[in-house]
Amino acid sequence: MQVYLPIAEMSVNVLALLGIGGVVGILSGMFGVGGGFLITPLLFFIGIPPPIAVATGVNQVVASSVSGVLAHLRRRTVDLRMGSVLLAGGLAGSVLGIWLFNLLGDLGQLNLFVQLAYVLFLGSIGLLMLVEGARALRRSRRPDAPPRRLHRHLWVHRLPLKMKFRTSGLYISVIPPVVIGLVVGVMAALMGVGGGFIMVPAMIYLLGMPTKVVVGTSLFQIIFVTGFTTVMHATTNQSVDVLLALTLILGGVVGAQIGTRIGLRLKAEQLRVLLALLVLVVAGQIASELVLEPAELYSITVERGR
Amino acid sequence: MNWRVALLPLLLLVAALPVRADQVIAGLSQNRISITAGFDGSEILVFGAIRHAAPQEHTLPADVIVAIQGPAVPATVWRKERVGGIWVNADGVRVSTAPSFYAVASSGPLDEVLSSTEDLRHRISVTTAVRAMGLPARVADAARFTDALIRLRGEEGLYQQLDGAVQIDEQTLFRTAVALPANLTEGTYRTRVFLARDGQVIDRFDTEIEVGKVGLERWLYNLAHDQPFAYGLLALALALLSGWSASAAAAYLRP
Repeated sequence: MQVYLPIAEMSVNVLALLGIGGVVGILSGMFGVGGGFLITPLLFFIGIPPPIAVATGVNQVVASSVSGVLAHLRRRTVDLRMGSVLLAGGLAGSVLGIWLFNLLGDLGQLNLFVQLAYVLFLGSIGLLMLVEGARALRRSRRPDAPPRRLHRHLWVHRLPLKMKFRTSGLYISVIPPVVIGLVVGVMAALMGVGGGFIMVPAMIYLLGMPTKVVVGTSLFQIIFVTGFTTVMHATTNQSVDVLLALTLILGGVVGAQIGTRIGLRLKAEQLRVLLALLVLVVAGQIASELVLEPAELYSITVERGR
Repeated sequence: MNWRVALLPLLLLVAALPVRADQVIAGLSQNRISITAGFDGSEILVFGAIRHAAPQEHTLPADVIVAIQGPAVPATVWRKERVGGIWVNADGVRVSTAPSFYAVASSGPLDEVLSSTEDLRHRISVTTAVRAMGLPARVADAARFTDALIRLRGEEGLYQQLDGAVQIDEQTLFRTAVALPANLTEGTYRTRVFLARDGQVIDRFDTEIEVGKVGLERWLYNLAHDQPFAYGLLALALALLSGWSASAAAAYLRP
């Protein structure tokens, strides 16, 4: 069964879209990630033009984060002040990302840049997570191992413009969270991701935030930044396809329910290693497309927005 | 679609006309193609009749060529090259006037039915119709980019050369079917029907097919382009609503 996507202006198999949404939903339910970093490359793979894949991917992240945000707000596990600082950086980053996106599109290098960004970010984060996950897995098997120090003084704590973040129990400079927010905002606009996989480790290891509030605070930032980026892409590029987004979301919510149940049966350390491997597989797949000689050297890009 | 019934008024019209030379007249199974939510390509039937000038002084049979041409949309053809170990789009040629769709069906092999001078004059074959776009001389081997354009669009069913696809009955009635793929560009599809004899075009009949989105597809596309901000808010609201209602439903269904 085919569906004609009004903005992408192409006909796609509904089952393929539901399948992509479903598989990504299962994985995001298992690992508690938004899944944008999987949806966007998969949309490239089935031939959706990159501008539409990115803009629609970001729209899908909004849907997959909303229930998480509400749950964390109810449980009061959101540092609203930290979230707002991250958000300020995120909105500025999104504007910058949209500008870069259009510049690269005009130069014909958008695909390459997005692919390189995926390889770079997913590759490095995946490696870090794998190392960290393997270490945690080993530690969990040796119960007598010394516990990690809870509070450390990092270089970021010596910067000016300090602010008190009561929920996180921190008194740190606003510069690092603004920069983290900015990077995530650029990534949302350029790569169609929420950026949780970057923001969560950065909040733990760079800012030293307590793990209890990390996920809720990052989701709080993500939902506003991806929402803003959706509207920005829609107004500047007309590249958000709501029919595509809704089909992906539909598959995603069903998948997420299954994924959550699978996730409950696995240990947190095992999950982290599995997620790291998944991220590395996606990075490796994209890297191989860049490095191996393509079967078709020529490609056509059609000018959009008549 | 019973094309024979549709053909009848055409035949009567042809018969009523006083003719000095051979003429061709044609009709289409549909003049309008609507892109709906379930649109998965379409097939268009082109049929018609040849009116022979009396008395029949020709011994050579007449040939019919049908050419359907979609609107031109500016596009860029890129070629990858290896730069620092990775494959990147190195050279690009912008083509502003190449048709988004081009199909040519003929009653015999096109190069036999039509002389090359006549092909150039009327721009009938795929290569001539696409080459007519006048490539910029910025890239030395521009012809390779045209070839790539024709090849890539050919693989997508956007450029078709259908030799022998036009059937002619009794040297009078002809018909052919052209498949239109799902990724059609909206606009007016110029349809030309040529009557040829001995490689020369002796008559021509022009008509048009309108391709456009309808219903929900039309509404969403127009909203996205005419009121992008409202469309962006709609996309955002739909995502929030569907994400929230899905999790609410899941919580309700959970035992």
